[in-house]
Amino acid sequence: MKYVDEFRDAGIISGVAREIVRAADPSRLYRIMEVCGGHTHAIYRHGLRDVLPANIELVHGPGCPVCVLPTGRVDDGLAIAARENVILTCFGDMMRVPGTKGTPLELKARGADIRMVYSPLDALRIAASNPEKHVCFFAIGFETTAPSTALTILRAQELGVTNFSVFCNHVTIVPAMRAILDSPDMRIDGFVGPGHVSSITGCRPYEFIARDYGKPVVVSGFEPLDILESILLILRQLDAGEASVENQYKRIVPWEGNPPALMALARVFELRPYFEWRGLGFISQSALGLKPDFAGFDAEKLFNVPGVRVTDPRGAQCGEVLKGVLKPPQCKLFGTECNPEHPVGALMVSSEGACAAYYRYAMHASAVEA
Amino acid sequence: MCLAIPGQIVEIAQKEPLARVNVGGVTRNVNIGLLDDGAVAPGDWILIHVGFALSKIDEGQAHDQLRMLRAMGEDGLAIEEVRGYSFAEPSR
Repeated sequence: MKYVDEFRDAGIISGVAREIVRAADPSRLYRIMEVCGGHTHAIYRHGLRDVLPANIELVHGPGCPVCVLPTGRVDDGLAIAARENVILTCFGDMMRVPGTKGTPLELKARGADIRMVYSPLDALRIAASNPEKHVCFFAIGFETTAPSTALTILRAQELGVTNFSVFCNHVTIVPAMRAILDSPDMRIDGFVGPGHVSSITGCRPYEFIARDYGKPVVVSGFEPLDILESILLILRQLDAGEASVENQYKRIVPWEGNPPALMALARVFELRPYFEWRGLGFISQSALGLKPDFAGFDAEKLFNVPGVRVTDPRGAQCGEVLKGVLKPPQCKLFGTECNPEHPVGALMVSSEGACAAYYRYAMHASAVEA
Repeated sequence: MCLAIPGQIVEIAQKEPLARVNVGGVTRNVNIGLLDDGAVAPGDWILIHVGFALSKIDEGQAHDQLRMLRAMGEDGLAIEEVRGYSFAEPSR
């Protein structure tokens, strides 16, 4: 409650929380998945679980880019950095994700030229100002980020930059949601849909979830009130025996998404036949690769990356946590060997990862209460 | 990762799809190629992600978004990110 009280609309929040209690049937259990890691972070930071009745379980979804990236892909990217005359660039989140031989940050300390950038365009600029080197951008992210990579590749082509490539790990959220719905050990009653991803994709891609699986999806904003309102909308659908896609985040998400961004994606990328996700395994048509027209910018083709598959570190149960089968503290390594200072698994790296969020907020909160 | 940062457009570039944007007193160029042509003008507010404008928003939404970032403890990160955009700044 402490975090919620900091909000100016604390009164409205407790009103919505009361409505949730009224709307929830005490005789049943509700399992609601928040798909996006940003929502996971917000839920823990604001202590939202504390204002929900005990029979509403929030299951943390796969929407955290570094969390779902399998160790094999990290190793593949770092193999590119090990080449001579290569500068590998990546976002800050990526710098602390462990590969088999260490994190990008650790490899940098051992002499690899790995640089953090805030935009793929910064990577392109590094390429333009280092013509004697090859600059590879380690691209990660969902549909929010992929259009930026697409425009950067188009820009590189326009400028005739030939010493620039992209190691593409962009993934798409809908096939992961479908995989979760198809999985026998995951019973989800409804989804809090991603906010910023949906500002690109729009709401239509979720319609099959309501239509074919009979589960409500409510695209949600990130403030405590947004998330609680979205949960309430899901409960109301469930109690009415209905399932539809609703847009709680209309102020940012147009129903049809962002057409120029979708066009940029379609121009540069194609769906890969399959892609490995940490915890979820191989999911068909769930990731983007560069179209053959852009092969000259495709680091996987240029460097013939090894394509290694690596199992999770021994004892780490990232996969089970990612699927929502285990809660973060139920993992054997949680808080001991695996902590934010020394993450063993990627879920402990990003603030959007369930383990890092739980470690930072939930453990602290229970310590304060105790 | 999916940080969406509100900023106000100061100036639109003539040739490239770039806009000079003010984010909490820090001004940088961001790419506006993911918005429809002519969608934004000086004074407009946008949401920025990894150097690109993702959407045009109104001033109230910009304040909401800033409040959200502050509440999440991510306002510092947002400014750090914008400060880090160097792709269209003069060489140091």
